[in-house]
Amino acid sequence: MADSAVNGAKTGVSGAGEADRPLRHVRQALPHDSAVRHVQGTAQYIDDIREPEGTLHIAIGMAPKARGRITALDLAPVRAAPGIVAVLTAADIPGPNDVSPAMGDDPMFAEERVEFHGQALFAVVATTRDAARRAARKAHVEIEAERPSVSVEDAIARNETVLADYGFGRGDADAAIAQSPHRLEGSLRIGGQEHFYLEGQAALAIPGEEGDLHVTSSTQHPTEVQHVIARVLALPDAYVTCEVRRMGGGFGGKESQATQWAAIAALGAKVTGRPCKIRLDRDDDFVLTGKRHDMRCDYALGYDDDGVIQGYKVAHLVRCGYSADLSQGVVDRTMFHSDNAYYLPAVRIDTRRLKTNTVSNTAFRGFGGPQGMLSIERAMDEIAWATGRDPLDVRLANLYAAGRDITPYGQKVEDPQIMHAMIAELAESADYRARRAEIAAFNASSRVLKKGIALTPVKFGISFTLMHLNQAGALVHVYQDGSVHLNHGGTEMGQGLYMKVAQVVAEEFGIAMERVRITATTTAKVPNTAPTAASSGSDLNGMAAKIACEAIKARMTAFASEKYGVLAEQIDFRDDRVFIGNESLSFPELARDCVMNRVQLSHAGFYRTPEIWWDREKAQGKPFFYFAYGAACAEAVIDTLTGENRITRVDILHDVGKSLNPAVDIGQIEGGFVQGMGWLTTEELVFDDEARLRTHAPSTYKIPVASDVPEHFKVTLYPNANRTQTIYRSKAVGEPPLMLANAAFCAITDAVRAVAPKGARIPLDAPATPEAVLRACASLQGEALDGEALEAGAQP
Amino acid sequence: MAGNAASGHGQVTRRAIRFTRNGVAREIADFHPRTTLLDHLREQERALGTKEGCGEGDCGACTVALGRLREGRLVYEPVNACILLLGQIDGADLVTVEDIAPDGALHPVQEAMVAHHGSQCGFCTPGIVMSLFVLHEEAPRPLDKAVIDDALAGNLCRCTGYRPIRDAARAASVEPSATAFSASRTDRAAALAALDDASDLFIGDETRFFTAPGSLAALATLCAAHPDATLLAGSTDVGLWLTKSLREIEKIIWLGRVSELATLEEGEAGLEIGAMVSHARAHAPLARLDPDLGELMRRFGSAQVRASGTIGGNIANGSPIGDIAPAMIAWGARLHLQGAQGSREMPLEDYFLDYGKQDRRPGEFVRKVVLPPLPAGEAFRCLKVSKRFDEDISAVMGAFRIGLEGRRISAARIAYGGMAATPRRAAAAETALIDADLDDPASWQAARAALSRDYSPLSDHRASAAYRARVAENLLIKALNEIAGEESAQTRIIDNRGGGVLAAE
Repeated sequence: MADSAVNGAKTGVSGAGEADRPLRHVRQALPHDSAVRHVQGTAQYIDDIREPEGTLHIAIGMAPKARGRITALDLAPVRAAPGIVAVLTAADIPGPNDVSPAMGDDPMFAEERVEFHGQALFAVVATTRDAARRAARKAHVEIEAERPSVSVEDAIARNETVLADYGFGRGDADAAIAQSPHRLEGSLRIGGQEHFYLEGQAALAIPGEEGDLHVTSSTQHPTEVQHVIARVLALPDAYVTCEVRRMGGGFGGKESQATQWAAIAALGAKVTGRPCKIRLDRDDDFVLTGKRHDMRCDYALGYDDDGVIQGYKVAHLVRCGYSADLSQGVVDRTMFHSDNAYYLPAVRIDTRRLKTNTVSNTAFRGFGGPQGMLSIERAMDEIAWATGRDPLDVRLANLYAAGRDITPYGQKVEDPQIMHAMIAELAESADYRARRAEIAAFNASSRVLKKGIALTPVKFGISFTLMHLNQAGALVHVYQDGSVHLNHGGTEMGQGLYMKVAQVVAEEFGIAMERVRITATTTAKVPNTAPTAASSGSDLNGMAAKIACEAIKARMTAFASEKYGVLAEQIDFRDDRVFIGNESLSFPELARDCVMNRVQLSHAGFYRTPEIWWDREKAQGKPFFYFAYGAACAEAVIDTLTGENRITRVDILHDVGKSLNPAVDIGQIEGGFVQGMGWLTTEELVFDDEARLRTHAPSTYKIPVASDVPEHFKVTLYPNANRTQTIYRSKAVGEPPLMLANAAFCAITDAVRAVAPKGARIPLDAPATPEAVLRACASLQGEALDGEALEAGAQP
Repeated sequence: MAGNAASGHGQVTRRAIRFTRNGVAREIADFHPRTTLLDHLREQERALGTKEGCGEGDCGACTVALGRLREGRLVYEPVNACILLLGQIDGADLVTVEDIAPDGALHPVQEAMVAHHGSQCGFCTPGIVMSLFVLHEEAPRPLDKAVIDDALAGNLCRCTGYRPIRDAARAASVEPSATAFSASRTDRAAALAALDDASDLFIGDETRFFTAPGSLAALATLCAAHPDATLLAGSTDVGLWLTKSLREIEKIIWLGRVSELATLEEGEAGLEIGAMVSHARAHAPLARLDPDLGELMRRFGSAQVRASGTIGGNIANGSPIGDIAPAMIAWGARLHLQGAQGSREMPLEDYFLDYGKQDRRPGEFVRKVVLPPLPAGEAFRCLKVSKRFDEDISAVMGAFRIGLEGRRISAARIAYGGMAATPRRAAAAETALIDADLDDPASWQAARAALSRDYSPLSDHRASAAYRARVAENLLIKALNEIAGEESAQTRIIDNRGGGVLAAE
């Protein structure tokens, strides 16, 4: 609602801050840096860049089978097609045929075997994109096809994995469960998710002299694009520059998986000596790029008479696709978030990273965390169903609290009281208890439609769990006219990072926002960067930029101090001026004076997150700098004749620390929630028995549209300074809100419960499509959809 | 020579498409018939604000507005440029995101989008701006949630969660439009009127052409001369043959200039919908026949798809999940076809022979569909079930026309989509329902059970066979419950039956 943004904006300003002077830019609800260009259509994406003369276009030749040996690949018909300049295969790659982020198992082009349907076999370079696409379909491919592994069960049966099994825990979970007065076991299937960034994968590679390459890529990880291109072309990293001004959405889908396309464009440029552009068609993008990991979560738990968990065991059986990609980090994060906000006295978390003949699953907002959290939310609901307690009371009883504050991996939750306070406040403001009673009354009198409600918390750990990624650089120049060139390693994918960092820079120099020129991220200015991921963009890059500004400001201050004979403490940068004792001059005047007096006005700032460590072998450490918190209350209605369902009201209270930009943060929260809601409701990835993706375009894969978002959609920022030393005491916000949508799934589950006998377990898997909901209703009413009788309340 | 075939009726043949942009008349005489408007804009005009998000008319990133004179009045509608062919803008005022405000200034919807933080990554934004622009310039005030959501159903945004966009739409459009654009409408209408001729349009040669005959007679001649040509109506289906299947179609006959095909008549004989009447135009008349037909149209595709797509095109291509056909079959619609050998008509259900196969002879085209009035004492319901409520294709679509004598069911026409290779009637269920008692649900069970004899649905990415079978049964029961007196508000999550808001038009 309109006023939620206003409320939110207000909350960000009050309370204890770390700066004692009023902030002029930080904490302001400023528009996105490109907002005007967005609405005018003048913001440039890869395909909008004016192509250099002679630019060629690339399309991918894709495998017609999902698994098997390639016995013939006849490209003559492709080469004979009109407009073809080159056809690229593995034989053209000077270096290793490997575009993987780490594990060496992602070939640019399949050579001997194909591992998933659609896998890249070759690429066509042609004078037009149309010619390239047409020619790419003309290859004669023969594959000695084998039955593909499609499901978790297929992979288990073959015992094929992409990475070793891994588990950790605390105490003896089996014994704790066995000794509990109440026990249950269950299983929840959680679907994957396509990113559906609106700008598909795209890159433009321009050859320079002596093998130099300049590559513009729609990537969250320009450094990896640079390094991988150098690897496959057998060039030193220093020959390759990767640049990105903005992406039309990323969501994790361009963290590792933008690389292959940029690398193919680079190879095309090397082979032809001409600029090469690739822009995947949407359907090809769906088929060729990985998704959120889907999984089966098998759990067992024991709890006491008050519904408090005594022991918890979960095994996440994860469909990783054909290669490792980022699955180690993703599935580890599933483990780190298998507790969500709940204390698990004795716990065992196991994972299998299963190999299937499907595209390699990858990073997606939440990075495995959402699945771990949803599975324990199901466990909370299970206890509520079994005990007849309100699910919220079960959640409260299990919430981390003082003395019950050590995570399964040994990190202490330092501020668990925030979660209690937030849930109490949200339950009150959303009127949870009264509405639950109203819903019960509605359900008692409504035959077809049933309602449900849920209030679920979010606790999300902030930092890359791969420790070396927790570093960032920023390059700041002050020019003689007082304009400031800002560059850092973070990328802009719509999340407002560029604006937040620019706000920090303007704040540090006390100058008008207009003086700060935001520039495209490039490996030539800031090297060896981490991907913009793990919600860490503003935490890391904001700090690096601040450090750069402080260094420049210190030099300017020292110069002014000496020149004017005024103590450094009496020099203040504010209101676009520099106050030096009783005098003042404009920021440009001081900048010009500094240049004339040979004072360096450029600095490369560098930041690395302190305190964190993680020993994966011992499964101990402090992997997270801090936790971000949130809570959501959602209401749902279902149609018990069709399974159709809708979220009808959402109230959110979310902790972004002291917001750098409340408008941007509220946008992240709302967008994250809706994206999560899509994942758990209408977004269904369907692979057929041949492992072909059948939902490969927006006509068949349904992300939320406007009408899916309820009119009552209220987001409030929780006014709470980060207890940890972060940039202006803010908190990361990119991923955590996605998991607020767990409330939507639990609300739908709660609505299904209205058709269930008392005490029954609700066999609803995610996503809660109409079919899934109707199946659950049917089985609770004693009949399976296909007519087989089931026992009422049968195991999911 | 190409023109001979096209101009055999004494009409002047025009050799270039004509349209206006920013008040300036434009002509394009040389283009490949398959060229999409989006490719033309991006590659020839470098109008780069219009984006390609999906290339199949689903995401709306390529939304532009087309203004056309309709009975003398200038009407702007949003369309998906990615699947619209360049030739189809003939006779229209083309408006892209670059055109809606004077240089450097912002249109009120652009200002509101900035002020309400309605963009994040920005890629969908120009398309959203264009949808809101049309809403701002065309829609009556006030704009409520349903109207805004309907206007945005064809614009996917993956970043914002839509709330700020909805707020921007509301804030920008409190008052009627007072923009420079709206002030220019009279001039724009005059410029379009000046382009209006009844000529045949022919671009290309005998082997490769985009042609748009100006009359039924010219169309019939063309169809006879080029039975291998592709008939193009709205391009919401054919467009995908080009962008996705990469079909090498060389000969395109666009029906958009045949005024006889664009007639829409409501009278005592019922509703006659010419083949080239768009879904947008058919929406209100269908809603007047029955609110469920209105709701079906509201949920059909998106505003962009409804503006381009036509009733005739939807029927002619015979999609097994076509949402309109089952409703019209149950209603008792009749289809009129025309060809060189003359015209014929048939019950709509007889047109659909098998998957992808229709009773349309070479050179024949759909002329119109006629929906007779519903006799007193008959009730109609149609219910669509899809994964997502808006802008989705049904998993199951059930339509029911029930004749009553008192509380006894005396006649039944039942048709489903999504249950067979074609939209088809449920003969066994219809028979089993005769003499059932509206007040005795037990008497409906035979019809419910009979559905399993009528259909053997398939499993696919939209739904499993078992789900389809169950939902088909449940929709029958739901419809009968409603006809028996249960209020639709009690049986539907989205209840637009009770005379609620009918969006668009």
